[in-house]
Amino acid sequence: MKTCLVVDDSSVVRKIARRILEGLEFEVTEAEDGSKALEICKRQLPDAVLLDWNMPVMDGFEFMGHMRRLPGGDQPKVVFCTTENNVAHIAQALSGGANEYIMKPFDKDIIADKFAEVGLIPVGQAMV
Amino acid sequence: MTPTEYEYLRKFLKDNSGLDLSADKQYLIESRLLPLARKAGLSGIAELVQKLQAGSRQLITDVVEAMTTNETFFFRDKVPFDHFRDTIMPEVIKARAGKRSVRIWCAAGSTGQEPYSLAMCLKEMGAALTGWRVEIIATDLSQEVLEKAKAGVYSQFEVQRGLPIQMLVKYFKQTGETWQINPELRAMIQHRQLNLLHDFSQFGTFDVIFCRNVLIYFDQDTKINIFNRLARQIEPDGFLVLGAAETVVGLTDTFRPIPDRRGLYKPNDPRAAVAKPVLAGAAPRMAVMAGR
Repeated sequence: MKTCLVVDDSSVVRKIARRILEGLEFEVTEAEDGSKALEICKRQLPDAVLLDWNMPVMDGFEFMGHMRRLPGGDQPKVVFCTTENNVAHIAQALSGGANEYIMKPFDKDIIADKFAEVGLIPVGQAMV
Repeated sequence: MTPTEYEYLRKFLKDNSGLDLSADKQYLIESRLLPLARKAGLSGIAELVQKLQAGSRQLITDVVEAMTTNETFFFRDKVPFDHFRDTIMPEVIKARAGKRSVRIWCAAGSTGQEPYSLAMCLKEMGAALTGWRVEIIATDLSQEVLEKAKAGVYSQFEVQRGLPIQMLVKYFKQTGETWQINPELRAMIQHRQLNLLHDFSQFGTFDVIFCRNVLIYFDQDTKINIFNRLARQIEPDGFLVLGAAETVVGLTDTFRPIPDRRGLYKPNDPRAAVAKPVLAGAAPRMAVMAGR
């Protein structure tokens, strides 16, 4: 079973994302900010990270920079999931090592499409 | 909705758009036509049917448009676009190296996601097509849908369905909450209104025809008729691309499936197609739709 770390300071968003991702057969762990997410990654890297941008303590962009420098940190697929919906932020995320980018609000179809796009789930599964 | 009203609407849609609803699609009609009836200031389906029977031309158009599904997103099903990039275009580039031109038809172009996806695929090929004349013709039954395709403006929700984020950044311009596809890609596509039940020989012949997820709504005779007419508009070495749930097998010998390339078809000898009779009953449908 593939693992996904959901990083978001909203417990509601984490809960919705968890439900969608478990439906896509991911084992889900949660973190409420970048710093806590980094601690989890130091113990064990997930296959995927669904990552909010603006969070207290450490934001998503800074977390991604630290995670990418961990041994094997280039492996997880990072999918941003944020209300920052402008080209400047998207470009910054991509050049900083993000694989995909979701602009909130999101739903199951968008998550499935984006996860299929980066090869985390088969294309056919995205259409179910 | 009474059974009589349902039967009337079924026949009306069959005659006017070729849409072939089974006996149990009341919910579909109600979900699409009730909002339309309300918008037109009518009390419900019963009054809508009365107006249709009285021959309200505007209402006829509105009802046909409302019932024609437009579910679509960028790079829908993905596989056909991989085939387009890896199988179709390499062969076309080789075969047309002399005249350096390619003609592509999206026969159910809907709100533009399919033709723009093809345009993006072609752009991504870069130098291989430098100096080529590329024509994409996108047709759809609905004028409203064509206007949207022409504008190339999509909501944040729409651009997140099927479109890789790199492509969004590369080929779209953000305006507030919406995203518009670049003028350079918009200029690659001609949008034309067309009912597939009508003659389409005026569009000429094509190297590639995408005709996905539209024939499933037609009955068998209509499908055969459309396949046979498509065969006359395709180059002998061209490609036909159908939707995942569609096939020519058992319907016509004008096309043959390409092994290991799901959804991809090649025309057989075109002379075989010409001999097929044209669908009886096509003429009165054309008369009704001619006013649109």
